[in-house]
Amino acid sequence: MNHLPYIAAAYGLTLAVAVGFSLAAWIRMTRARRRLDAVDPRARAATSPRVAG
Amino acid sequence: MDATAIAPNPSRSLHRFANPGRFLRLSGRFLAPLAWTGAILTVIGLGWGLFFSPADWQQGDAVRIMYVHVPTAWLASAGYMGLAVCAVFSLVWRHPLADLAAAEIGPVGAGVTALCLATGSLWGKPTWGAWWVWDARLTSMLVLFFLYLGQIALVRAFDDPERGHRAGAILALVGVIDLPIIKFSVDWWNTLHQASTITLTSAPSMYVGMLWPLLISALGFSLGFAAIVTARLRAAVMERRLRGLLMARAQAGA
Repeated sequence: MNHLPYIAAAYGLTLAVAVGFSLAAWIRMTRARRRLDAVDPRARAATSPRVAG
Repeated sequence: MDATAIAPNPSRSLHRFANPGRFLRLSGRFLAPLAWTGAILTVIGLGWGLFFSPADWQQGDAVRIMYVHVPTAWLASAGYMGLAVCAVFSLVWRHPLADLAAAEIGPVGAGVTALCLATGSLWGKPTWGAWWVWDARLTSMLVLFFLYLGQIALVRAFDDPERGHRAGAILALVGVIDLPIIKFSVDWWNTLHQASTITLTSAPSMYVGMLWPLLISALGFSLGFAAIVTARLRAAVMERRLRGLLMARAQAGA
């Protein structure tokens, strides 16, 4: 029995779900930060890591 | 010397780390390293499993599906355990981030569980000759998927978000009973699904050339899961802050 289609489908599905969730999370995070910046630029400091110095 | 002056109050210290502003600053620092480490380990683990690990003497190359199926199965259970921990923090300590974290873990956990069921089905067809059997392990994993869906629906089912989070937390706690059933189903019942080859109490019964890529991909998947949930949680905290600011402005303008 040729197993290649099953292996390709399993890995392809995993890749699609991982990329989908990652992209969706990144887009949502970027959009939220941009909207927060637009409403209150001071909030930017509170959402970013503190810079030493 | 007054002992209470130096003894930390547990609930206060918990809330110190739950401060949304502090969470945003801390997570902003570790999110990128977490995501990149997860991605690199996943590529190494899956590449090793797909191209360099040996085929199984019985299953042939179909065993390579294990490198995506097993990590998703572990993560499905671990993610639900994360939901239950958030539920305890929410119901007992009213932890400010626990409700938001649970709301963000739910969809990712459901996605991972669906992936586990789908890759298991793709592994089952060439090895068992069936896409699905009503086996105790498969059925208990399907129940876990429905528990995730129930939690997602409950959290979003009420006009008052507080009530939704509370209902979701109660379901998350009740559903924990499914985790030992999933774990021990292969021991308690005579199942078509194979018994555990990796346990905490005994040496793995798996060839080391298969074990290493499996462990590396599992670690990569876990870090990736944590990175996705952290990114979603950062977005949720910022969205909540935005709603608060807009509401305050609307009230000031009225």
